[in-house]
Amino acid sequence: MKIKGLIVAGAVSLALVGATSAQAARDYISIVGSSTVYPFATVVAEQFGKTTNFKTPKIESTGSGGGFKLFCAGVGVSHPDITNASRAVKKSELEKCAANGVKDVIEVKVGYDGIVMANAKGAKPMDLSLKDIFLALAKQVPNPDQPDQLIDNPYKTWKDVNPALPANDIEVLGPPPTSGTRDAFVELAMEGGAKKFDSLKALRKSDKKAFRNVAHTMREDGAYVEAGENDNLIVQKLQANPAALGIFGFSFLDQNTDVVQGSLIDGQAPTFEAIGDGSYPVSRPLYFYVKKAHVDVIPGMKAYLAEFTSEKAWGQDGYLADKGMIPMGDDERNKFASDVKNLNPIKM
Amino acid sequence: MTEKRQTITVIEKGLNKRYRAEKRFQKFGIAAICSALLFLAILFISIFSKGYTAFQQTYIQLDIVFSEEVFADENLATANFPKLVKDSIRSLFPEVTSRRDKKELDYLMSSGASFTLQKMVRENPSLIGQEKTIWLIAGDDVDMYMKGKINPNLPESDRRISDKQLEWLVALEKNGRIEKRFNTVLFTAGDSREPELAGILGAVKGSMLTLLITLVLSFPIGVAAAVYLEEFAPANKWTDMIEININNLAAVPSIIFGLLGLAIFINFFSLPRSTPLVGGLVLTLMTLPTIIIASRASLKSVPPSIREAALGVGASKLQTITHHVLPLALPGMLTGTIIGMAQALGETAPLLMIGMVAFIVDVPEGFTDPATALPVQIFLWSDSPERAFTERTSAAIMILLTFLIFMNATAVYLRKRFEIKW
Repeated sequence: MKIKGLIVAGAVSLALVGATSAQAARDYISIVGSSTVYPFATVVAEQFGKTTNFKTPKIESTGSGGGFKLFCAGVGVSHPDITNASRAVKKSELEKCAANGVKDVIEVKVGYDGIVMANAKGAKPMDLSLKDIFLALAKQVPNPDQPDQLIDNPYKTWKDVNPALPANDIEVLGPPPTSGTRDAFVELAMEGGAKKFDSLKALRKSDKKAFRNVAHTMREDGAYVEAGENDNLIVQKLQANPAALGIFGFSFLDQNTDVVQGSLIDGQAPTFEAIGDGSYPVSRPLYFYVKKAHVDVIPGMKAYLAEFTSEKAWGQDGYLADKGMIPMGDDERNKFASDVKNLNPIKM
Repeated sequence: MTEKRQTITVIEKGLNKRYRAEKRFQKFGIAAICSALLFLAILFISIFSKGYTAFQQTYIQLDIVFSEEVFADENLATANFPKLVKDSIRSLFPEVTSRRDKKELDYLMSSGASFTLQKMVRENPSLIGQEKTIWLIAGDDVDMYMKGKINPNLPESDRRISDKQLEWLVALEKNGRIEKRFNTVLFTAGDSREPELAGILGAVKGSMLTLLITLVLSFPIGVAAAVYLEEFAPANKWTDMIEININNLAAVPSIIFGLLGLAIFINFFSLPRSTPLVGGLVLTLMTLPTIIIASRASLKSVPPSIREAALGVGASKLQTITHHVLPLALPGMLTGTIIGMAQALGETAPLLMIGMVAFIVDVPEGFTDPATALPVQIFLWSDSPERAFTERTSAAIMILLTFLIFMNATAVYLRKRFEIKW
């Protein structure tokens, strides 16, 4: 009897706790989303928390897709106010948002991030083209003798891919498929390389899905090693293995210039300037999305948006640039800053 | 006679072989222990050698002039504190004039230096108008250089400290204006994206609040369940099924409890995400099987004679249990609980699902404030690009290990202190 009483008591207390705190107001901003934007958004959040009287926003690193899922779940204090993304929102996601009552979403582009291929300092710097990257890493490549035919990737060394490259075995450490960096890498580098082949270019016109399948599938015979989401780990592994290349975000290269060096891609070194003006081919824009309905409800939302879009944060000499984010040009910054100020939602 | 001798010879013949087998077995055992110790030593050495430097932090001594003009505005919060820091360090190197060089000079100091000044003025407004010599926190790259983690002999483009900055640091060192001190920030601050300002207090407090909820819920529920199953439950199909399920749950991967917690506590009861309340509830689910199994084992080890004696002198069943069996079984139950708690302390996977893997600067004050936990903090720091976070990751691991050792030592002590041998 006593036990039963206890269980009943426990259940009742649980239910009570649930009922009381469910509708409690939230006095801090809740942010979810991309792990690529996370290192930048956190800097802004911290600065915002320390220089204003508002609480510091809470930022979860859920990945871009996971972020939209949480963000679009509904309106109300139990749902996040902002989601970060390392890609633009998809139409299907906006539709889902709208279906759950999240009608007005403000899109803010904050800057760019470059994806670099790097090897250990001391090893010879690589000079790759997008075509080389595709040939070295795709699971299936066009047959060199019969361009219309796809064969399993036969290349063992970089020299096989391009005679100008060293005769090292192909070994590339990169992120797993769950990572936004991987998405961007296959989309920009692999697809870019695949488009250099006439046969694949034709395939892209006739069957987009089949083309994506070829361009997005990485080889699985050990030449491409999925090294986990931790970019620091990849940097450490490169130091131990000078023959290997690693794929990671520019900010990790920026912080580790004494141990790793970025490879040239299509003749461009991954520098701050080259990524900013778009001449470095593997770079992607970073975004965050704001729920308009929350702007006047959650304390500090307007101030946070103002902080993020201020010159001292995202400007050419702002503190985000110090952390490795590549700022947008003046025109783009002005456009998004005014979008934020006027709370202009995305047009569906 | 001959037959007896024969037996002896057979035994003697085999004796050496048997001794050898025993020796061999012992050697295997020793080899196993040695390799385990070796791995443990490698782990500890790599963590300590990477992490011990994090307990020190570089500070730079500056003469700060709290000039009245900076505080012309009534509102102290809007005063330009970074300017105070910049003016002061620039006054040490008046030869620096170009904009680019000035910026490099400013980089020597952490952005946290101005927050220190802000706090000082808020606590003591009479500072305005005075000049004071203060040790202020240096930037993370300076800190790494002072700890020998940046090699000044590399070409300038390969290191994060420029030639000019090196020059200034040498000058500061000569004047005794730069030194390493005990890193109090590490123990008194919440998370930060600047390594030199990041601390683990927020994570430790989050872990403590979470574990408090876990303990308060899982210990009574676990013990009550164990007592009922062991002492009252009739032996039938249902009891067997419950038992199998409990044993099964103890082996379920913890991420599944996280998913369950997300579905029930957050989506159904709509408790706030990322809070110690939900974290504690999820970890309760996870530790319950451990506690129930340990408590049942400890109840089983109480000899039946105790129960029979109590019943024999007229005690009721409940009296037998509360007066005699429970007190005797309690040390074992506590040990099981502490081990369960230690497990819960080291858990990250279920916390990922309920949003406790997050960047949270403010130290949590209560059960419904957003919080993170110690192992989560380690995970987040290990994933940060700044070099200085590497040593802080190791330092945080050392602190987590200290907590775990302390908890397990308590379990051993309790067992030794209250153990009754029959």
